[in-house]
Amino acid sequence: MALDWQVFLEDDGGGRTYLEWMFEAWGWTLSVAASAWVVAMVVGALMGTLRTVPDDRPFNRFFIKFATAWVELFRNIPVLVQIFLWYFVVPKVFPAFQQVPGFTLVVLGLGFFTSARIAEQVRAGIQALPRGQRYAAMAMGLTTFQSYRFVLWPMAFRMIWPPLTSESMNLLKNSSVAFAVSIAELTMYAMQVQEETSRGIEVYLVVTALYAISALTVNRVMAFVEKRMQIPGVVVARQSGGGH
Amino acid sequence: MGALDFAFLDWDIFNKFVLKGLLFSIELTVLATIGGIVFGTILALMRLSGRSVLVWPAQIYVNGMRSIPLVMVILWVFLLMPFLIGRSIGAEISALVTFIVFEAAFFSEIMRAGIQSISRSQVMAGQALGLTYSQNMRWIVLPQAFRNMIPVLLTQTIVLFQDTSLVYAIGAYDLLKGFVTAGKIYGRVEEVYILAAIVYFVICFSLSTSVKRLQSRMAIVR
Repeated sequence: MALDWQVFLEDDGGGRTYLEWMFEAWGWTLSVAASAWVVAMVVGALMGTLRTVPDDRPFNRFFIKFATAWVELFRNIPVLVQIFLWYFVVPKVFPAFQQVPGFTLVVLGLGFFTSARIAEQVRAGIQALPRGQRYAAMAMGLTTFQSYRFVLWPMAFRMIWPPLTSESMNLLKNSSVAFAVSIAELTMYAMQVQEETSRGIEVYLVVTALYAISALTVNRVMAFVEKRMQIPGVVVARQSGGGH
Repeated sequence: MGALDFAFLDWDIFNKFVLKGLLFSIELTVLATIGGIVFGTILALMRLSGRSVLVWPAQIYVNGMRSIPLVMVILWVFLLMPFLIGRSIGAEISALVTFIVFEAAFFSEIMRAGIQSISRSQVMAGQALGLTYSQNMRWIVLPQAFRNMIPVLLTQTIVLFQDTSLVYAIGAYDLLKGFVTAGKIYGRVEEVYILAAIVYFVICFSLSTSVKRLQSRMAIVR
């Protein structure tokens, strides 16, 4: 079984080579992942924080329950099913979403799915801080928001940066499920070109390499940020195995 | 609110379409967990053996698997299996092979953490009793490592169960496909996604709740 790399220079029937198409697909993968990352970080940080607010006020108790429900809901449904729900069901149930492009719906689906996992890390990070930090902030007269903004978040986010790194890599890999709703990203590209050219091995090899390169890049960028933010003498959370 | 209609729902749909898929998803999860733990433990032992001829292949395998999407692995196995064994196999067998080789990488990380959590003095005590390396692993280290890691292993199994839905990529008949098929036949394409989500949620939520309970009970024992 000889490999034939010429396939990438062939025309795909639409005036572009398979190589050009591949870079476009890579671009889609990266833009889906990057946009979903922003959604996941913002919503995840919010939900994770809400689960740790002091429960001495009824308002806060509602927030805690809401954020807990959020995490359980988005964590216990497979990401593929969530993508289908956003892409097919949401526009049908809420007509306002019919104008929203499919790309945005997939980004919301992936982002919210990942937000549940990030929320868990954020919650764990905040709860791992010594209780005295929160009390010190209160004693200084800071409001709840101020104590998160100036005392708890700066420490917690540094501590959970390694697990956030692997969640970010997971998000990049999970963006591959967008193939199921015809987003023209790398996995979709691989499946379609394999069908058109029967050169599956060559195409899969290159696509797999692009995923590995992308994941490694995410890893390096996050490690760079971690190093820049590091406070000398502070040990960060260890990663444990498992997850996806 | 748009028009969703669940009037088509009855036990017939469950028996005819969903049950078959549910059974396959469970079968896939159970077999892949067992296979993944067996191969994962071997990989973990290779990585901890200290012999570079064993460490390097295991490390490349585990890190490689962990840096590519599961969907790509599913496609790879489905593409390559006919070349390797000379005839085409069904999507279901192909999916099973995929999940064993893929999950082995993740279970190996868990087992490695488990083995490393056993204190050095346990190993030394075994050595003092005259146990060989493999006896020491078999009777002292692995049973404790496995026991300590049961909650994490079970959590990974729940993740695995959710991921079985990705066999959609090669058209294997799993729980999700069961719902999708029923939806096409009854013309209720959107509704079945909601039903699928509910079923997955109920299964995964109750499993993860019981894992949490188990975890707190084990924490007291130790």
